[in-house]
Amino acid sequence: MSDIRYRNESPSAEEVIAIDAALPIGCAGRRDLLLPALHAANDRVGWVSPGALNHICRTLEIAPADAYSVATFYDLLRVSEMPSTVVLKCVDLACRINAASVSLPDDVTLIDSPCLGLCERAPAAAMRIAGETPSLELLAAPEVPVQIRGPLSARIGVIDPSSLDAYLASGGFAALATARANGPEWVADHVDAAGLMGRGGAAFPTARKWRAVLTQPVEQHYVIANADESEPGTFKDRIVMEGDPFSVVEAVALASFATASNHAFIYLRGEYAVAYERLRNAIDASTSAGLLDGIGIEIRRGAGAYICGEETAIFNSIEGFRGEPRSKPPFPVEVGLFGKPTAVNNVETLVAALAICRGEGSATKLFCLSGHVTKPGLYEVPVGTTLGEIVSMAGADHADVQAVLMGGSAGAFALPAEFDTPLTAEGMRAISATLGSGVVMVLDHSVDMVDYTNRIAEFFQHESCGQCVPCRVGTVRQVELLRKGDRALLREVDQVMTDASICGLGQTAASAIRSAIEKGLL
Amino acid sequence: MSTFSILIDGTDVDMEPGQTILTGCDSQGLDTPTLCYGDTLTPKNACRVCVVELEGSRVLVPACSRKAEPGMVVHTESARVQHSRKMVLELLGSSVDMSQTDHFGEWTNRYDAQPERLVDADSRTRINEEPKLDNDLYGRDYSKCILCYKCVDACGQQWQNSFAISVAGRGFLSRISTEFDAPLTDSACVYCGNCVAVCPTGALTPMTEYHMRKTGTFAPERQTETTTVCPYCGVGCNLTLHVQDNEIFKVTSPTDHSVTHGNLCIKGRFGFSHVSINRRGNLPSVE
Repeated sequence: MSDIRYRNESPSAEEVIAIDAALPIGCAGRRDLLLPALHAANDRVGWVSPGALNHICRTLEIAPADAYSVATFYDLLRVSEMPSTVVLKCVDLACRINAASVSLPDDVTLIDSPCLGLCERAPAAAMRIAGETPSLELLAAPEVPVQIRGPLSARIGVIDPSSLDAYLASGGFAALATARANGPEWVADHVDAAGLMGRGGAAFPTARKWRAVLTQPVEQHYVIANADESEPGTFKDRIVMEGDPFSVVEAVALASFATASNHAFIYLRGEYAVAYERLRNAIDASTSAGLLDGIGIEIRRGAGAYICGEETAIFNSIEGFRGEPRSKPPFPVEVGLFGKPTAVNNVETLVAALAICRGEGSATKLFCLSGHVTKPGLYEVPVGTTLGEIVSMAGADHADVQAVLMGGSAGAFALPAEFDTPLTAEGMRAISATLGSGVVMVLDHSVDMVDYTNRIAEFFQHESCGQCVPCRVGTVRQVELLRKGDRALLREVDQVMTDASICGLGQTAASAIRSAIEKGLL
Repeated sequence: MSTFSILIDGTDVDMEPGQTILTGCDSQGLDTPTLCYGDTLTPKNACRVCVVELEGSRVLVPACSRKAEPGMVVHTESARVQHSRKMVLELLGSSVDMSQTDHFGEWTNRYDAQPERLVDADSRTRINEEPKLDNDLYGRDYSKCILCYKCVDACGQQWQNSFAISVAGRGFLSRISTEFDAPLTDSACVYCGNCVAVCPTGALTPMTEYHMRKTGTFAPERQTETTTVCPYCGVGCNLTLHVQDNEIFKVTSPTDHSVTHGNLCIKGRFGFSHVSINRRGNLPSVE
């Protein structure tokens, strides 16, 4: 494509240095490097200027309109001039219902942000400083230790997350060695026997996914660790990645081994700066020590788009296209990243599979407790613990509870009368709720449910990718009809979004609101 | 795999491998509404107006892109299908100007769609944009755009390979745009007009037609279409001349023409004004 028409604007010297440093020599045609290059420009000066975009386009041989279309898809990337320091202030659920307000520096540009994944430390904000050494500084309550531990969280806050030696001393990489000695089928059999289901929200049987990729008769397979944790109320994967990054790396290597993949990606939420540094260190140290046995693991940073956690949108995002979901079929296990068979797994799912191969079973699950509780944070509790029990553990008096949001914005509400329900997929289904991504957000009687559900509706309007009509326009109409209180019409819009949207975002964009109405909360 | 059959609304329909549910519906004479579907483009299945109910599928599926598989049982008139089609029409009709979209009125009648039910007093949720008239050949009125992606696909890899436009922004704020919203005259546009040819809603129109509509002189009942061969080069593209009052106002090419597949270049598409210039000599003369 040598006849691409580029623009005349020139980049600044700093932009050129930053962009070139992010791109390898001879990368023309590498569309998958577009997002990293846009990040580099944005991180250096605070926005993607026409000159920087043009330089990226010339280097990668991408049409400017295409690169612009990708840049404008993401919240963290800006295409108009921005100050080098901006504060992303969370306006989402957990921060919204928190009575305290975050203390912000004076005279700084504020940008309203969807959930930052810091719900246990609400209210939260993050200060982004662009420059030669860009940084993201958290403005939130202090870190909270893991509240209840289990096999998936045993090391968090206990061992040094930057030390390979400490990880090895605590039994790290033993499970991968066992798996290698026994073969991919052994891994699948064990994961299958433990009944592991995906823990990102969709609850698909993990072993079935891995076997399907393993047996695909093409040479290249991929594994993607879905670390784009963006469901409002969810922060479990961040805590695991920050506190035990080596286990995530070992788990990705295990999944790669189990699916005969030699290259894996960790698609990490763009705002997770600490997790990024720790994972990068863990990958480098593990690779240098020869522990990954030739499996390459690359981190790709998201750039502020909830939809990119959808398993096919993640492919488009990594490949350098807009993060729009693809139609299924074909399914990712057959035609995934770069058209190859791909296993996409949530971070918790991966470390749970690792725990299974360590012989620790899958009897626990991670929950993210936030909202009106005295002890917010990560709870690793046995499967079958009841909702009421976990709410009590977090220090909430049942009498004070109005409702609990289960599974995040795409989830549903549970009422105190339903607190005897076990935290299992079946249990939740029986009360028309969901485990989703493990969100348990407790709401006391002070919460204005009209305001709360409005925010859920606004979240989906903001995060809809815009590809299909039911979701693009439906999420806007949902906001309006909710404000007007037209429930009959709301139900009709709900139905078309649920029935006819391309992906899970549109299909679940009405579920929490429907739940609030059905359970008498609105 | 050889031919197989699927069940559409209770009737056995013979299918070839690779054919879509839409092909099956067409073969039964079922009039399936489509907007983002184009017979010369890869289905984008973005508009969702063609959805049908497939037994065993939790959600409705787009007929235009879903490949038929042996044993499929499809319903095209179920209550869920009717509801989704109606709502898609209402969602579109309440947010963009569908007045120039073929069949829109007929479909809204068929599905009893009433877009005004969803019109909010808050005009921000309707797309009201000033038409972009930055060149002499075609206008872009994005208040009529349903984001079907056809213009983007025609401009890019599927046909023209100019990559002048794409979708910028996200969600309801998405718009078809050049880089940094630059005028077309400062973009990679080569004015082939293949985007205009595939636009289903009149968001993209030749300036001649745009002005006629603007001044109220556009009169379909006085129009004729004549297919001929392009006089410019030797490729032999078929041209369909759209004429009103003995003046050409638009040129298209048949999508089933083996040379063009509906595409043309700037000369074939827009180089017609000389035909009706009065100063043109009717007889050879030496002065």
